[in-house]
Amino acid sequence: MPKSAPAKAPRLSVRKTYKLYVGGAFPRSESGRTYLVDGDNVALASRKDARDAVVAARKAQPKWAAATAYNRGQVVYRIAEMVEARHGEFVALGVPAAEVDAAIDRLVWYAGWSDKIAQVTGNANPVAGPFFNISSPEPTGVVGVVAPASLLGLVSVVAPAIVTGNTVVVLAAGPQVAITLAEVLATSDVPGGVVNILTGNAAETAPWLASHDDVNALDLTGVRDTELAADLERAASGTLKRVIRPRRKVDFTADPGLGPMTALLETKTVWHPKGY
Amino acid sequence: MTATATSTGTLRALLHGLPGVDKVGVEARAAALGTRSVKTTAKAKAIDLAIRMVDLTTLEGADTPGKVRALSAKAIRPDPADPTCPSAAAVCVYPSMVPTAAAVLAGSGVHLASVATAFPSGQAPLAVKLADTRDAVAAGADEIDMVISRGAFLAGDYAKVFDEIVAVKEACGDAHLKVILETGELGTYDNVRRASWLAMLAGGDFIKTSTGKVPVAATLPVTLIMLEAVRDFRAEHGRQVGVKPAGGIRTTKDAIKYLVLINETVGDDWLSPDWFRFGASSLLNDLLMQRTKLTTGHYAGPDYFTLD
Amino acid sequence: MFEYAPAPESRSIVSIASTYGLFIDGDFSDGKGTFKTINPASEEVLAEVAMAAPEDVDRAVAAARRAFGPWSALPGAERAKYLFRIARIIQERSRELAVLESLDNGKPIKESRDVDLPLVAAHFFYYAGWADKLRYAGFGTDPKPLGVAGQVIPWNFPLLMLAWKIAPALAAGNTVVLKPAETTPLSALFFADVCRQADLPPGVVNIITGAGDTGRYLVEHPDVDKVAFTGSTEVGRQIARSVAGTGKRLTLELGGKAANIVFDDAPIDQAVEGIVNGIFFNQGHVCCAGSRLLVQESIADELLDSLKRRMATLRVGDPLDKNTDIGAINSAAQLAKITELSEIGSSEGAERWSPPCELPDRGFWFAPTIFTGVTQAHRIAREEIFGPVLSVLTFRTPDEAIEKANNTPYGLSAGIWTEKGSRILAVADRLRAGVVWANTFNKFDPTSPFGGYKESGYGREGGRHGLEAYLA
Repeated sequence: MPKSAPAKAPRLSVRKTYKLYVGGAFPRSESGRTYLVDGDNVALASRKDARDAVVAARKAQPKWAAATAYNRGQVVYRIAEMVEARHGEFVALGVPAAEVDAAIDRLVWYAGWSDKIAQVTGNANPVAGPFFNISSPEPTGVVGVVAPASLLGLVSVVAPAIVTGNTVVVLAAGPQVAITLAEVLATSDVPGGVVNILTGNAAETAPWLASHDDVNALDLTGVRDTELAADLERAASGTLKRVIRPRRKVDFTADPGLGPMTALLETKTVWHPKGY
Repeated sequence: MTATATSTGTLRALLHGLPGVDKVGVEARAAALGTRSVKTTAKAKAIDLAIRMVDLTTLEGADTPGKVRALSAKAIRPDPADPTCPSAAAVCVYPSMVPTAAAVLAGSGVHLASVATAFPSGQAPLAVKLADTRDAVAAGADEIDMVISRGAFLAGDYAKVFDEIVAVKEACGDAHLKVILETGELGTYDNVRRASWLAMLAGGDFIKTSTGKVPVAATLPVTLIMLEAVRDFRAEHGRQVGVKPAGGIRTTKDAIKYLVLINETVGDDWLSPDWFRFGASSLLNDLLMQRTKLTTGHYAGPDYFTLD
Repeated sequence: MFEYAPAPESRSIVSIASTYGLFIDGDFSDGKGTFKTINPASEEVLAEVAMAAPEDVDRAVAAARRAFGPWSALPGAERAKYLFRIARIIQERSRELAVLESLDNGKPIKESRDVDLPLVAAHFFYYAGWADKLRYAGFGTDPKPLGVAGQVIPWNFPLLMLAWKIAPALAAGNTVVLKPAETTPLSALFFADVCRQADLPPGVVNIITGAGDTGRYLVEHPDVDKVAFTGSTEVGRQIARSVAGTGKRLTLELGGKAANIVFDDAPIDQAVEGIVNGIFFNQGHVCCAGSRLLVQESIADELLDSLKRRMATLRVGDPLDKNTDIGAINSAAQLAKITELSEIGSSEGAERWSPPCELPDRGFWFAPTIFTGVTQAHRIAREEIFGPVLSVLTFRTPDEAIEKANNTPYGLSAGIWTEKGSRILAVADRLRAGVVWANTFNKFDPTSPFGGYKESGYGREGGRHGLEAYLA
């Protein structure tokens, strides 16, 4: 009599390890710390991770800013392509499908700005004299970002910063979504160091970014605690960083306007005489 | 040239009166020439010519007689498996290694180039630089690769740079003199043009891009400017000067781009080892691999070629 | 001594059908008869394409009209994504389209591959990004499209001229009926396939092939709201006359006779490159070609020696050879025009020179040519030759250069060569030309507005300015 086949054991899944995203690589926190999110161990970033991330961001910034606007636009468009490809993965993490769609379309919107922002915010100036005079926008440099928790919110603070040539150090709120987005960035031709994502307790690491002498601007959009926001803004004043203050109610699905980009742009005006 | 003719003031007027170089334009022209497609028979001839133009180089603190003997043997017979493979143009070493190289190269037809004049920085008194030169020639070098005083050049002391080259040329005797401009330190293409002319006016036989010891070595645009300079210099003064890009040229593809540059800027007259050299080391093996691929039809691998 | 072996780009990447129909309402249909399109380098027939009759033009305009409602009602973000898809597909099919363009037009593969196709893709990328940002373009807070655009393009940059017309029109919410030139219909027909691959709604883009009559019927069609034309000044005048009294908006990009001004302090080697690029790029079939060299008299001899030496390295031959610099003249008719005007140049006393050139026996070829000793009184200094022929004049002072440069009914482009920045800006200020290149020439970018003064036309293509023509 043939033996009946033994009951098949269920296949064991291979769980993802959630690490930081710095300089294009996925390191653990130098502190070795983690915290639990829905049963996953997520890296808990320290001030030294933030320091290293700033180094990576600064290193990447000149080359990213020197890339053509066309190239940056194509890279941001590719991020949209890769988010679209991972649509299901974000939904599985709990992001509503409509929000994933909105995040993709927001990325496409910003991709199209890279080679137009200069045309809309820059111009020749008709000075009273025989001079050629032109004002053009330039990226401010390295931006520290305290990000909102949602995917759409995260995209809405990262894209306007990088599309004009800044690089960012992001203190993420929703870690699994943020690190999944980091995986997207790692496959989107985004040069290492342009976007750096740290998971953990933003209240712990943000002050180190706010007071850092080599960070040019601070985006506090994701800060919910008004006292913390004020403290960070005070710390930023030490090097006169440009600060984007948190707003009480933000609808990330609405037209963001030019503000998120221009807040992180400097205007350079050049004069040149005209004459044989 | 007379003393007044070579004063810094006169040299400055002359060099600063040369036409400027538009950076974007020259880089675009060099890049466009780099898209020339050189295949089959043309490629085979180009590879052989490139091999014959290589100054096989070792300039390390760690050089020993053993290393230099091996390098010299390789310059004579780059591919022991193929006797039809031509020899390299020269071996290029430090003065202390000249006697070792001379012993191996004797009678082979391969030249012996020695760096001199406190290579690579050039920061030494003139007497030391001249002694360096004379010793290398006495030991058997028939070519001298000197460095210009970049400090003096960038400080605007053109007369000093000029006088040093004249003195070294004299110390060379019968040896031919290559003048290394160290283009990676000169900062602008305009300066590359000016340094080229300065070196030629002072009597250099070759102008050379780099020592290979600073981050930026030979590039196509820099070499293009130097080729234009030797072309214009010959037209004006009737004397032909050679060009040697050195450092950073590692692949056959790169080498062929340089040959295209010569072909379309100055033409046949410079397409010979007498007037153009590559300062390189690893380039030679890549040339050999490509040469072999053309005859066997499949891609080569490094195991089949000698390390020196 | 250093001869380059033949380096042919393979034709096998592109598959050309023997016949093509008209692309109307998302599908191909027959016209009234067909005509042949040939490879000007060999005179071989490439395909037979449909001849659109008036009723076919009616059909196409009607399809565009039907599609206009839904297309313009789409959120800009959705239109943007269609255009981004098209841009991506063009990037992916770049090599295939470049080979096709070289076969049908005669231009070197080096140019179609490295200049035309990258610019085509970039143009669609750029305008895709405007579709959802029109309120920021400076034309009002809620700018509206015009409706149906009738667009007629020339044979010199077939796919690029198509991109310049279609991309901004669609981004702004219009629908189009486009007629490619009769000697170069194929890349437009392949573009129709790209539209299908992108799932572009039927009727948004319609491609109708035909000859002069087809074009005339299209631009005079009563249900076309906007006409865009690139071509000769002669035809441009006729079109301007025909839209008079109608409500149609019109932009024209016509001929030119650009002055390329070289001052005594120019970076000489790069200036020579700029002169060569200015008149020999694309066989001189360029409306903005630097066809008049204005060289400061004090350096004229030296510059001409350098120029001739440089011209001797130009390679004329098989457009599909990767080392070819100058390809075939686009048609027998154009070759005849160039030949005739060159003979006039000689008969009027200018001195003609070409480097020795071996021209193939079949196909249409013209060696790169310069005429020296030309003055403003010569016909070859005034009339557009549209071929690889350069007229060389001299000047003494900047004022004189500017005067001569402006002394023409045309005003499309100009070049200035000097190391002195203030001179560039002062001269640029006074040149009556829509595009001024300083220390460079023939540079194009989707962000950079292009168009002429005077009889070179009106309206601008490219940049934010390029949207204006397609918005109400």
